[in-house]
Amino acid sequence: MTEVEIFRNSASIDPQLHIWGWEIPVYLFLGGLTAGIMILTAIAGRRVPRESQSRAMRLMPFAAPLLLSLGMGALFLDLEYKLHVFRFYTAMKPTSPMSWGSWILLLIYPATILLGAARLTDADVSTLPLLRSLRGRAADALARLRATGSASVGALEAANVLLAVALGGYTGILLGTLGARALWSSVLLGPLFLVSGLSTGAAFMMLFRLDHGEHATLRRWDIAAIAVEFVLLGFFFVELAANGGQRGRAAAALFFGGGYTAVFWALVVITGLVTPLAMEVAEARKGLRPAILAPVLLLVGGLSLRWILVLAGQAAI
Amino acid sequence: MLLKNFRKRYAMVMDTRRCVGCQTCVLACKAENGVPLNGYRDWIVTETKGEFPHLSMEIRSERCMHCSNAPCVTNCPTGASHYAKGGTVQVDRSLCTGCKACIAACPYEARYVHPDGYVDKCTFCMHRIDKGASTACVEGCPTKALAFGDLNDPASEIAKLLHENPPKLLRPEEGTEPNLYFLV
Repeated sequence: MTEVEIFRNSASIDPQLHIWGWEIPVYLFLGGLTAGIMILTAIAGRRVPRESQSRAMRLMPFAAPLLLSLGMGALFLDLEYKLHVFRFYTAMKPTSPMSWGSWILLLIYPATILLGAARLTDADVSTLPLLRSLRGRAADALARLRATGSASVGALEAANVLLAVALGGYTGILLGTLGARALWSSVLLGPLFLVSGLSTGAAFMMLFRLDHGEHATLRRWDIAAIAVEFVLLGFFFVELAANGGQRGRAAAALFFGGGYTAVFWALVVITGLVTPLAMEVAEARKGLRPAILAPVLLLVGGLSLRWILVLAGQAAI
Repeated sequence: MLLKNFRKRYAMVMDTRRCVGCQTCVLACKAENGVPLNGYRDWIVTETKGEFPHLSMEIRSERCMHCSNAPCVTNCPTGASHYAKGGTVQVDRSLCTGCKACIAACPYEARYVHPDGYVDKCTFCMHRIDKGASTACVEGCPTKALAFGDLNDPASEIAKLLHENPPKLLRPEEGTEPNLYFLV
């Protein structure tokens, strides 16, 4: 028998670590979602010329910076010393995933906005109310953006994919490098969050009015992403139990009989993966009209995955 | 290794055989460093092992280990957590954003968020060391269970203590190379 008693009552530490609340999982979710949208819009553009794309697909690159800004807002709210937020940009720490992430986030804005501008057709500019209302310098700026983007659209698509892989992967690696926490200490969190981001990105895009072919392509990608996500989740738990030692087994046990079992299996696995996968496979095989429920469930599952892993990682010592 | 760049290597030895868990080290630190309510730079841990009536108790005064391979320094995105004089680990408040990555990275739960927004922890009382004094916890300890000094100086008290007693490290499997040694 070993009994350890700690005479300490540090805020955020005792009785168990609770430094990160809703802000971090929301940011990780929106970061992954942004990464998924960037990859899928870049690839879609390579497969179909912009004139043949639906308007929703053409405008989709602009969703990336908007969603990312929401995520960065959540991240900002989490900072304890908000006035020092600029300090992320007065340093580059190669050993810190958070430092890499800060700089990656900055690069995503020009890459996505330029790609979005390059995808705009003349009809979009003359009919979309927001763009049609631009006058003077604003209209000139939009024209310059379109010209700059169009001149290097191939490079922009490649940059979007590369930055998205970096963004989606880093959101998992950020937790994975925190070796002191048994649950997070896994190299698989990077690929898992990236693939989950791809799936939620596809789900987000499927909420909009796309062409039948675009929807079918996204669904195909999504089914593949969910399948890979299942495999990675399985590997994640096997690695945790097999290589994580006593602490790793205790962390894995949180999801197999422990305190996070019900929420994880109900929200992430059944609601967020199995059900939408079954719905998408049925839609694809029987040619059913796409239901809005499957993408919504995928988004719920993606957010739940991160939320539960962030909370459970702090509970597992 | 990073610490080869430092002429001195500050460390602390904690003799668990002498400690009675009186918490004077905690109070001395709180008073010396103005540690706020709900913040701890050092604390007492008791570990009881065995089956009644064959029980043994180890009492430890714990604090930041000032690791030579500190995960808090590795994970800090702004350079606020850094290696400083004598290989100690310090926090530059002007660089700290309060992102708490260092708290998550620390296997010893040695850090906390100060009410002013920055992350705080034991400094090995560098402001006292610079003046030739020892740390507040060492000077306050009534049973002489704590010793502080330069490990690179073979004549120092802690170098002699560690030479005579093989020390125990906490969570050595983390590879952090802590500089707080426990005599058991």
